[in-house]
Amino acid sequence: MSEKKNKKSSEDSKIDEALESSRRDFLKKVGIVGAASVTGAAAVYSGYRYEKSKSTGDTIKVLTEDNRLVEIPKDQVKDYKPGLKVLQTRGREGINGKRWVMVIDLSRCRNARKCVNACQGAHYLRPYEYHINTLVMQESVNTPAYYMPKTCQHCDNPPCVSVCPVDATFKRQDGIVLIDNERCIGCRFCMAACPYSARMFHWQEPLSKEADKGKEYNIELNVPQKKGTISKCLFSADRLREDVLPYCVSACPNGVFYFGDENENAVTNGTTKETVSLSELLEKNGAYRLMAELGTKPRVYYLPPKNRLFKFEKGAETDYKETT
Amino acid sequence: MKPDKMEESIITSERYIKKIDSVSSDILRNVRINRGFILWMGFLSVALAATLFAYTIQLKEGLIVTGLRDVTSWGIYIANFVFFVATSLVGMLISSVLGLSGAKWIKPIARIAEIIAVAFAAVAGLVIISDMGRPDRLPNVFLFGRVQSPILWDVTVVTTYFFVSLLLWFLPMIPDLAISRSRISDRPKFLIKAYEILSFNWIDHKKQYEILNQAVRVLLILIIPLAFAIHTVTSWLFAVTPRGGWDSSIFGPYFISGAFVSGTSAVIIAMYFFRVNYKLQKYLTEDHFEKIARVLVLVSIIYIYFNINEFLVPGYKLKSIDAVHLKELFSGHYAPLFWSVQLLGLVIPVILLLFRRMRKPFPLLIISGFVLMASWLKRFIIVVPPQAHPFLPVQNVPAEWLVYKPTLIESAVTTASLILVIMIITILSKLFPVLPIQEIAEEETRAEAEQLNSN
Ligand code: SF4
Repeated sequence: MSEKKNKKSSEDSKIDEALESSRRDFLKKVGIVGAASVTGAAAVYSGYRYEKSKSTGDTIKVLTEDNRLVEIPKDQVKDYKPGLKVLQTRGREGINGKRWVMVIDLSRCRNARKCVNACQGAHYLRPYEYHINTLVMQESVNTPAYYMPKTCQHCDNPPCVSVCPVDATFKRQDGIVLIDNERCIGCRFCMAACPYSARMFHWQEPLSKEADKGKEYNIELNVPQKKGTISKCLFSADRLREDVLPYCVSACPNGVFYFGDENENAVTNGTTKETVSLSELLEKNGAYRLMAELGTKPRVYYLPPKNRLFKFEKGAETDYKETT
Repeated sequence: MKPDKMEESIITSERYIKKIDSVSSDILRNVRINRGFILWMGFLSVALAATLFAYTIQLKEGLIVTGLRDVTSWGIYIANFVFFVATSLVGMLISSVLGLSGAKWIKPIARIAEIIAVAFAAVAGLVIISDMGRPDRLPNVFLFGRVQSPILWDVTVVTTYFFVSLLLWFLPMIPDLAISRSRISDRPKFLIKAYEILSFNWIDHKKQYEILNQAVRVLLILIIPLAFAIHTVTSWLFAVTPRGGWDSSIFGPYFISGAFVSGTSAVIIAMYFFRVNYKLQKYLTEDHFEKIARVLVLVSIIYIYFNINEFLVPGYKLKSIDAVHLKELFSGHYAPLFWSVQLLGLVIPVILLLFRRMRKPFPLLIISGFVLMASWLKRFIIVVPPQAHPFLPVQNVPAEWLVYKPTLIESAVTTASLILVIMIITILSKLFPVLPIQEIAEEETRAEAEQLNSN
């Protein structure tokens, strides 16, 4: 999986070539955004921001979605930002051809909680509001204790989706279970149904209510978060759309997370950026899924905590206090 | 309402006409807007306003003002909802199950049972709204409703049940309204007008009785599966989840049998109230209390049977997820509540009611009070404790999330729903005849005629 930066710079040069004649314009930013809009016509737009020009009547050349070079009046150029409708539509459809999977290697987790912090930062959550949480697990006194990062399992047979009365939580064709905070009525039936306690509820105004004012709601990020609705791990669907690894995966310092596409049978380690074969990784390490007996068919695999290179040390649990 | 054909000889006899006069004067005596009524409704309104103020705080601040958090996300609102749906089932039990099986003694109390059904079913819908994080998005349920979700089934059947119950309260009352409209001339104009409109030009014709009886009979049959549906579906809100304590295949019948217990005790309390306050000792006799006490014993024993199944079988196997939950109930945090509910609200009442003395109106009232209170708390036990122990450990959260404690605001909003129920019961029983005048008169005339014949 390539990093965002590389992609951006290659796009930059491509468009620079196309815009030879209007070189004096300062090219500030170019973004490629797939716009699978309702009309189905729009696919990929190229746009760019420009320094405010005083002269009118100037034209510039732009590459259209069907790879044609056209000239348009400069003062009519607008930054392309997908609107709510586009965000909602493509957010429900998912990313074509992908089947996202996560592999969590328990033998490497030392409870650094960097994944938790990165996630909470990206989604504007309070320190005790979790999309991902790391738990201390111990089945009995004779079995080893270990740390277990717990995300939403993005089940292929998701109990939360079945019970949702308004289709606010739904399963995408790329395997991700998402929530539409614009539609959720806050009944919390999905919370009751989830055996992994993966869901959180916005009991009060979300943390960044003020900062979020006026932002377009992104269903793939659940931001702006909305009071009285559900939120949970989204497999960082917003990052996947840009071909970047999820927040938690890239934040881990210990190489715990692998993320990738089941269709390609390849997963990438978030720390080492090494890409390995999914089936081999699972087979070699005796992978399992959490509470598979419930028939939920999770898309998250766990590798058992064996051959650990460090001793399990139970850190003091933080005493979280509710804040507004 | 008597399902078979009305015998013309009785309803045209002079004795019957006289009977109507005496029965209607006894029952209509209470149909008036007097000072007591106004004071009572005024008191209820003030209390309602105060409790609704609590709800406005919740609307503004969000559900953070409740004791609910990510660990226990359903609390007394949902428990109260289950209790309301449960209690409303009694309309079906009395009018349909007992009525259609030919039990004549239920006639005077059938309307009371329907009033309870209507009041509780109507408010149940509102209670569920108070639990919603986004009540403003209620229309989404109709715009985007998905048939797979038990919530959709619940919304549909509770609404239908409410309307059918309303019809079952109203239709059999049409002859009474016709009888009454000429007899309430000193009441407020709007009431007389309402009686005139609602009695639909009833002229006591034989044909009218036939049509009415037919319609009521169809509804009485229709409401049986409907009532079973509303509470079975309510139980499925829990049983379709994999949680320990909810993941039970007998939740449907467990809820239904429990519903009959709470509903019957509610009807007994209402009967006692009307008997004493409305001075209806002549019509709600000790014999009626004796009979309904037996019904209470019967439904309680059935419920005990389901309780044994619900707790003994998982308790025997002690699957780890059930084990934590059962331990909390039997000897842990919830043990005092659990045992008082099961013993004081179920087992001891059944034992007491085996004695004839306890089936007299007053002792029965006290026992029913315990049963009804325990029924509410039982819903709490069903809803709340299973959430405290999910499959995965609850860690790294504020300590107060671990044990759910309802807040004052939550209790106030719940009280609001109870006040609403009492208001509806008051209005239905104070502005309309609370007992079926025509049926009682007919029944008494028939009984007297039979006695004369046999002499
Ligand atoms: S809380 Fe929201 S997402 Fe969850 S079941 Fe209810 S409507 Fe659906």
